[in-house]
Amino acid sequence: MHLVVCIKQVPDSAQIRVHPVTNTIMRQGVPTIINPYDLFAIEAALRLRDKHGGKVTVLTMGPPMAEDSLRRALTYGVDRAVLLTDRAFAGSDTLATSYALSQAILKIGQTYEPVDIVFTGKQTIDGDTAQVGPGIAKRLDLQQLTYVSGVNEVNLEGKTITVERRAEGGVQILKSNLPCLITMLEGTNEIRRGSIDVALAAARAEIVTWNAAAAGVAEMGKCGLKGSPTVVKRVFAPSPRADKAKIIDIGGLTPDAIATKTLDEIFNRLPTIEKELTAMAQG
Amino acid sequence: MTTTPAPKPAAAAGGRAGMKKELPEKFRSYKHVWVFIELERGHVHPVSWELMGEGRKLADKLGVQLAGVVLGGAGEDTRAAVQECYAYGADVAYLVESPVLADYRNEPYSRCMMELVNKFQPEILLLGATTLGRDLAGSVATTLATGLTADCTELAVDADGSLAATRPTFGGSLLCTIYTLNFRPQMATVRPRVFSMPERQEGKSGPVIEYEFKMIEDEIVTKLLQFIPDRDSNKSNLAYADVVVAGGLGLGSAENYQLVKDLAKALGAEWGGSRPLVQRGWIPADRQIGQTGKTIRPKLYIAAGISGAIQHRVGVEGADLILAINTDKNAPIMDFAHIGLITDAVRFLPALAKEVRQRIAPNTRSRLVG
Ligand SMILES: Cc1cc2nc3c(=O)[nH]c(=O)nc-3n(C[C@H](O)[C@H](O)[C@H](O)COP(=O)(O)OP(=O)(O)OC[C@H]3O[C@@H](n4cnc5c(N)ncnc54)[C@H](O)[C@@H]3O)c2cc1C
Ligand SMILES: Cc1cc2nc3c(=O)[nH]c(=O)nc-3n(C[C@H](O)[C@H](O)[C@H](O)COP(=O)(O)OP(=O)(O)OC[C@H]3O[C@@H](n4cnc5c(N)ncnc54)[C@H](O)[C@@H]3O)c2cc1C
Repeated sequence: MHLVVCIKQVPDSAQIRVHPVTNTIMRQGVPTIINPYDLFAIEAALRLRDKHGGKVTVLTMGPPMAEDSLRRALTYGVDRAVLLTDRAFAGSDTLATSYALSQAILKIGQTYEPVDIVFTGKQTIDGDTAQVGPGIAKRLDLQQLTYVSGVNEVNLEGKTITVERRAEGGVQILKSNLPCLITMLEGTNEIRRGSIDVALAAARAEIVTWNAAAAGVAEMGKCGLKGSPTVVKRVFAPSPRADKAKIIDIGGLTPDAIATKTLDEIFNRLPTIEKELTAMAQG
Repeated sequence: MTTTPAPKPAAAAGGRAGMKKELPEKFRSYKHVWVFIELERGHVHPVSWELMGEGRKLADKLGVQLAGVVLGGAGEDTRAAVQECYAYGADVAYLVESPVLADYRNEPYSRCMMELVNKFQPEILLLGATTLGRDLAGSVATTLATGLTADCTELAVDADGSLAATRPTFGGSLLCTIYTLNFRPQMATVRPRVFSMPERQEGKSGPVIEYEFKMIEDEIVTKLLQFIPDRDSNKSNLAYADVVVAGGLGLGSAENYQLVKDLAKALGAEWGGSRPLVQRGWIPADRQIGQTGKTIRPKLYIAAGISGAIQHRVGVEGADLILAINTDKNAPIMDFAHIGLITDAVRFLPALAKEVRQRIAPNTRSRLVG
C-alpha cells in the first residue's frame, strides 16, 4: 500500500510577535516546525503501513529550507521524502498550491508505486484555510474524506475503505473506494518517537528534490501568483478598543461584598439580563 | 530547528496588492449574492441565517438580489428551509430536491453546487465555515477555479463592487483583506457566531427557482453507512449561549475549574476555557473558546484567570458585556473587557455563585415547597 502525506513547514506561531510600533510581523528568529496538525496525518499513514505493508512518502511544497521538515518526518519512520521547490510556486494561494501538489502526487505515483491514499492535516496554523486537502482531491478526482477521526477498515483487494468522519452534530461512518484523500482530524492519535537507528538514517537519507519541470507540472499558468485567484490587498494588526475595562474598586471589601458590587454593575449595564436569568432559574 | 526569514503574508509579498481589476468578459454577467443554506437532518445550521443577514447588506450595497440556496432530499424539511430564507431576508430561493442530497456527501453536493453556479452565475457565494461548509467550499472553488477566502470576520463591498473579505491570520495576531478580483463567484466562508443573527420577519415570501439535479445514486462512490449523533450530554452549546463562564490557567488546577462550573450552573450558563486547559485535559476540546475553538457571542461573558491572548480575544469579542477576573491589572484582557475585577478568582468565584443564587432565584424555595 502506498500512502502519500502532505506536510507543510510553518513558523511556530506561538512565537510570532507583532512589532508594537510598526505593526509588522517580526519574523527574525522564528523557528519553523512541521504544521502540528500534519503529525496526525503522518501517524495515521504509518499505522496503515505497519498493518498492511507498503510505503509512506511525505511531500512538501516550499522553499529549499523546507527540507528540515522532511528530515524530521523521516525520523518518525516514513520511507521517502519529496521536496517540491521552485520560484514559480511563490505566492501560491490554496488553488495554486493544490495544483502543484496534485501534479507532484501524480509524479510520485508514476515514479514509485501507485498511490492508494493521500493524507493531509486538517488545516495549517499559518494560512489556516483547510482548503488544500479538498483542492487536491478535486484535482486528482479522488474520493474526498475530510475531518476523519479514524480509519476503520481498508480492503486492499476490494479497494474499499471505511472511515469515521466528524460532522456537525455527530459522526458519519462512510464507506468509499481507494484511491482517496483523507484530511485527518487532530487528537486522533499520537505521533510516535522514532528509534535512534531511524533518526540516524534520517540524517543521511536522500531528499528527493523536484522543481516544477521535474515534478511534471505542466501548466505554469496555474502556479504561483499567476495561478492564484485571491489577492491579499492589506495586512494589518487589529485595532485596540478605545476604552479599557472599568476596574471595579474593591479596596478592603470581602469576597461577598465584591460579589454584590459586581452583580450590581452587571445588572446595571445589562438591564435585561436580570429578568432573563431569573426566568431561566425558575425554568 | 532552523529559522525562516519569511513566512510571507501570501500574495502581498508578490506586489499584486496594487493589481487592478480587469474582470474577463465571461464573468461580467455574474450577478447577485448567494448564501448556501446548510440543511442537515431537518435542521438548518444557524450560521446560514447569520450569513443571510450579512449577505443582505452586501446585496443592498451592490443593488442586487440576495438568494438562499437549499439542497436536500425531497420533503417538508427542505421546503421549510426555503420559507425560512425569506424570513431571514432572501429575495429569492434556489431549491434542489433529490434523494442523493438527503445526507451530506461531498460528491453530489459539490457537483450540484457547480452546476447551479455555472447555470445561474452568482457574483458572491457565502458558506458557513463548518465541517460541512469547509468540505464543500474547498471542492467547489477548485472545480470552478475561483478564489476562496477562509474564515472571514468581516465582509464588505468596495468602491468598484469587489468583495473585500477580511480574515485573521497567523493564529489571530494579524488581519488581512483578500480579494478575488478577476474570477467569479467570489467565495468566502465565515465561522458560526462571527456575525449576529438577523431579526426574523414573519409573513415574507418570494419566488422559488427549482433546479433538476440529474445525478443518481449509482454514480456516487462514497456511501453513508451510519450517522451517530453526539450524545446531548457531551454537546456544548457554547456558540449560542446567552451567558458563558470560562476559566484559564490562572485557576491554578483542574480541581479549581469546578468553581467555573458551579458559577455556570448558578447562572444557567455554559462553561468553557482557554486552550491550555484543553491541552492539559482539564476540559474537553469542544469547550475551548477562541480562534481555534468556538466563537461565542453571549450577552454576558465572565472570564476567570484568562490573560486575554489575541487568539482568545478574537473568539469572544462579539460578547455584549465581558467581565474579566484577574490578579493582574495589566493583563491584556483588560484591553477589551468591559468590567475588570482585580482579585483572586479562586476565592471570588464561589462568592459570586452564592450571590447569584441568592438574587436571581428568589422563588426557587417556594416552588420546591409548593
Ligand atoms: C496570512 C495568510 C492568509 C491566507 N489566506 C488565504 C485564503 O483565505 N485563501 C486562499 O486561497 N489562500 C490563502 N492563503 C494562502 C495559503 O495559506 C497558501 O496557499 C498555503 O500554501 C496553503 O494554504 P494553508 O496554509 O491554508 O493550508 P491548509 O489548506 O490549511 O492545509 C491543509 C493541509 O494541506 C497540506 N498542505 C498545505 N500546504 C502545503 C504545502 N505547501 N506542502 C504540502 N502540503 C501542504 C497539509 O497537509 C495541511 O495540513 C493565505 C496565506 C497566508 C499566509
Ligand atoms: C495557533 C494558536 C492558536 C491558539 N488558539 C487559541 C484559542 O482558540 N483559544 C485560547 O484561549 N488560546 C489559544 N491559543 C493560546 C493563546 O495564545 C494563549 O496561550 C492562551 O489563551 C493563554 O491561556 P490563559 O489565559 O488561560 O493562560 P495565561 O496566559 O497563562 O494567563 C493566565 C492568567 O491568569 C491570571 N491569574 C493568575 N492567577 C490568578 C488568580 N488566582 N486569579 C485570577 N487570575 C489569575 C494571570 O494574571 C494571567 O493573566 C492559541 C495559540 C496559538 C499559537
